[in-house]
Amino acid sequence: MCLGIPGEIVSIDAGADAGALTMGQVRFGGATKAVCLAYVPDASVGDFVVVHAGFAISKMDRAAADRVFSYLDAMGVSSEP
Amino acid sequence: MKFLDEYRDPAAARRYVDAIRDTVTRPWSLMEVCGGQTHAFLRFGIDRLLPPELTLIHGPGCPVCVTPVDIIDKGLAIAARPEVIFCSFGDMLRVPGTDGDLFSVKSRGGDVRIVYSPLDALALAERHPEREVVFFAVGFETTAPGNALAAVEARRRGVLNFSLLVSHVLVPPAMEAILSAPSRRVDAFLAAGHVCTVMGLDEYRPLAARYRVPIVATGFEPLDLLQGIHMCVSQLEEGRAEVENQYARAVRQEGNASALAVIREVFEVVPRAWRGIGSIAASGLALRGPYAALDAERRFGVQAVGGRESPECRSGEVLQGLIKPTDCPAFGTRCTPERPLGATMVSSEGTCAAYFRYRRTRPGVS
Repeated sequence: MCLGIPGEIVSIDAGADAGALTMGQVRFGGATKAVCLAYVPDASVGDFVVVHAGFAISKMDRAAADRVFSYLDAMGVSSEP
Repeated sequence: MKFLDEYRDPAAARRYVDAIRDTVTRPWSLMEVCGGQTHAFLRFGIDRLLPPELTLIHGPGCPVCVTPVDIIDKGLAIAARPEVIFCSFGDMLRVPGTDGDLFSVKSRGGDVRIVYSPLDALALAERHPEREVVFFAVGFETTAPGNALAAVEARRRGVLNFSLLVSHVLVPPAMEAILSAPSRRVDAFLAAGHVCTVMGLDEYRPLAARYRVPIVATGFEPLDLLQGIHMCVSQLEEGRAEVENQYARAVRQEGNASALAVIREVFEVVPRAWRGIGSIAASGLALRGPYAALDAERRFGVQAVGGRESPECRSGEVLQGLIKPTDCPAFGTRCTPERPLGATMVSSEGTCAAYFRYRRTRPGVS
């Protein structure tokens, strides 16, 4: 139910009227979908966002994204089996 | 896909498995409270890679599974009305109420439609002003911002024929119910990453401190889950009980401020019944203030009919992590995804469905 898929913002649509929801096109692999961007106000074209049920709920932090690969080194765990 | 495939790297996963084995010295039980994580554990076989000291207990992580029968029954009653277009996420349609499911209402002529987003239901209401469009607003905190925004938009656009049947539940109160039960078996929690994306981490700190339990906000890919396990086990072995963030690429300490603001405008915290568990104080959301006018229960005056459960179904014990699906005599025989006795076998995210799909069977049964 809480499935969230990372996708790249390819365009941001200006709302039809003042106060309208910010929508945009988000690309997931080969597919592109209209997504509500109201909850990621600082996101720009080219940013990756986590999308759940048609709403972007978080902007991906690229710096934090690599920590999973450096964590064991940082913990001092040997890379030798 | 970027931000997905790289977190499935087998060599990196093996290194994490080795690091976990090297860290564990005693038996520990870890619970995840997210159906997506439960499925990922079984799909990628992570449960079979862990050292024997570690037990994964699957918590009530599936909102579909914990939606009470009487809410399902109310949904069935509303969906059967001729003026109604009843919209739902797909995984609610086969969940059994007392007398059938939403598919059976549809087969009898009810206008039941699957939507991807609550905004699709709102658009349907604008296209069909002569009908009443009802959206079945089920979910955890992850789903609440979207459903709340649909309510805000309905008011802003003056869409009067749109309403919500709300059965939102909140994860931390369920974790506390599990921690305070005399049958507690949980030593640490993997907190559901996308719930934390919305809510942040602050509400977990009192739980970690009061119950001396490590809580690690964790993502959904194999490396995320393995790192989350390593972080939990490291805390347990070192005698720490802290809130940590494995899923930092998506989870901020403070959560999503704009989403929280809209949730708090539209919803208030209420007690909720959890299917198979019972009532939990302050564990749900209901429409508040001016948004109560969008409450489908009120609009259609539906009453609870005293929902009936299958007497053979043990999903309540499965949801609380007291038994594994394979401990239930009906699992895989009298209860299958095609003929489910309870919601944990119906929902694609239910623990019983995950065990069935990924062929986890009773010891000695192939």
